[in-house]
Amino acid sequence: MNLVTFSGPPSSGKTAVILKTIEAIHQQGLKVGVVKFDCLYTDDDELYRKAGVPVKKGLSGSLCPDHYFVSNIEEVVQWGKERDLDLLITESAGLCNRCSPYIKDIKAICVIDNLSGINTPKKIGPMLKTADIVVITKGDIVSQAEREVFASRVSTVNPDAMVMNINGLTGQGAFEFSTLLYDEDDHIETVTGKKLRFSMPSAMCSYCLGETRIGEEHQLGNVRKIELGDE
Amino acid sequence: MISKDKLKNLSINQIIEKYPYTEGFFEDQKLAVDDKDKTLKEIFSNLTREEMEDVVFDVDQFADSLASHIKNMQEFLGENDSVVGRLSILAGKDKDGEEESYEKLDIMSGEIISIVGPTGSGKSRLLADIEWTAQGDTPTERKILINDEVPDKKWRFTGGKKLVAQLSQNMNFVMDLSVMEFLNLHAESRLIDNQEEIVERIFDEANYLAGEKFSRETQITSLSGGQSRALMIADTAILSSSPIILIDEIENAGINREKALELLVGEEKIVLMATHDPILALMGDKRIIINNGGINDIIDTTAEEKELMRELKVLDKVMTDLRDDLRYGNNLSRISDELAAVKNS
Repeated sequence: MNLVTFSGPPSSGKTAVILKTIEAIHQQGLKVGVVKFDCLYTDDDELYRKAGVPVKKGLSGSLCPDHYFVSNIEEVVQWGKERDLDLLITESAGLCNRCSPYIKDIKAICVIDNLSGINTPKKIGPMLKTADIVVITKGDIVSQAEREVFASRVSTVNPDAMVMNINGLTGQGAFEFSTLLYDEDDHIETVTGKKLRFSMPSAMCSYCLGETRIGEEHQLGNVRKIELGDE
Repeated sequence: MISKDKLKNLSINQIIEKYPYTEGFFEDQKLAVDDKDKTLKEIFSNLTREEMEDVVFDVDQFADSLASHIKNMQEFLGENDSVVGRLSILAGKDKDGEEESYEKLDIMSGEIISIVGPTGSGKSRLLADIEWTAQGDTPTERKILINDEVPDKKWRFTGGKKLVAQLSQNMNFVMDLSVMEFLNLHAESRLIDNQEEIVERIFDEANYLAGEKFSRETQITSLSGGQSRALMIADTAILSSSPIILIDEIENAGINREKALELLVGEEKIVLMATHDPILALMGDKRIIINNGGINDIIDTTAEEKELMRELKVLDKVMTDLRDDLRYGNNLSRISDELAAVKNS
């Protein structure tokens, strides 16, 4: 089985890109499954089900979605293996822009959209910097110039990544992208023992443990302060 | 390619001096540099934990990434290898697996090709084949040649340089910038030498194409539909790195379409134009008829059709004049009177 991790800011078009890509992969006769990680709510699993794709969803609730992802990924891999999948895709939303759910030696895709603004590539951090392939969406509604500037900024932040434009509505580019996802020589039995590409966002402060009161005396653990002095 | 070990032992100033475009790289990578005379190695050894966190990479990964960036930029700046004089499409199959009826379609730079066919007939697929420089590895099994050769794979994957630029009806500007700020930003990303001159030229050309003039300080998001389209076309013609341009219909409002096409062709671009408007379609040298996923026919625009276009332009002018009359509060006259007025002018 192949494993591919998708990640990207909310509403960047991850699900649309994956669905269009799966259409192309189905034509090769491969069996694809998806596990969708989200925070509070998602009904994207219905979309996958409608497309005939075996799907599971996991909601992290009050936990950091990345931590939730890494604590569950082995079980998810075993779920995929039990269903004899050729390709298992995990999809997770990047919420704080500091997310980094990628695993060493496992293909990592970052999906970002042209509408998010040209400074976004700079803001995203490890989720973009350590991806193997960056998919840029919503190119059909911004000008050619903005597309070019956006793509060049992405390349500056991650010079090693392949950069692809995909239209999540028409699927333009999805077939081409699908040819990069599956490698028949790749067999993932387990991810236990593998490592993350970069450490996950961390906090461990009193608020992580349920503190609700505001004020210095209630702040314990890993606390960082904003610099408000004159420049 | 410069080795990462060498890069690690150079100071930031030395690197920027040798590769000026890396200045933006250091900024975008959010590396905290306190002294530009320090080497990368020295800088990384003094980073705090938070600063390390911001930059994500360790010194080796960072140097690797920098080396890739330099390589990308050198390729990007080596413009000469990317001149597309001739684009060839070798026939593939339609949706039913039937062979397409032509063998090879050659399109030369400076040519305009119209693409016609109903929605869902395979226009997007044709474009995607070109963009991907397909080698029999897409559903249509078409092959794309550039200058009679199998194209370099770089067209598929690089972020900065794509084979096809696109202009379509529902494209908008989304950045909060003035016209000039916007053009300068685009020019900077292209690393051109004579930026000021180029940017001025685009501004002038765009104003020439637009029905209503706009100023340098206008916010791009507040341009009218016609003005936006004019600016996009002038910018794409002059500043885009892509040698092929796909236009998805140009609406007949607030922009001189004929001049727009002349500008694109004048810049030695290959222009592919999906349209259902007879005037636009006849402006092409040829038109490709698409149906059921395949190219059904390739028709050269005949002399008779060029004559027809002259008549269509008269009709077009009548409609434009009526619109202008309406806009400026004039009384509207009958079409026969308008026709006479156009003929006499």
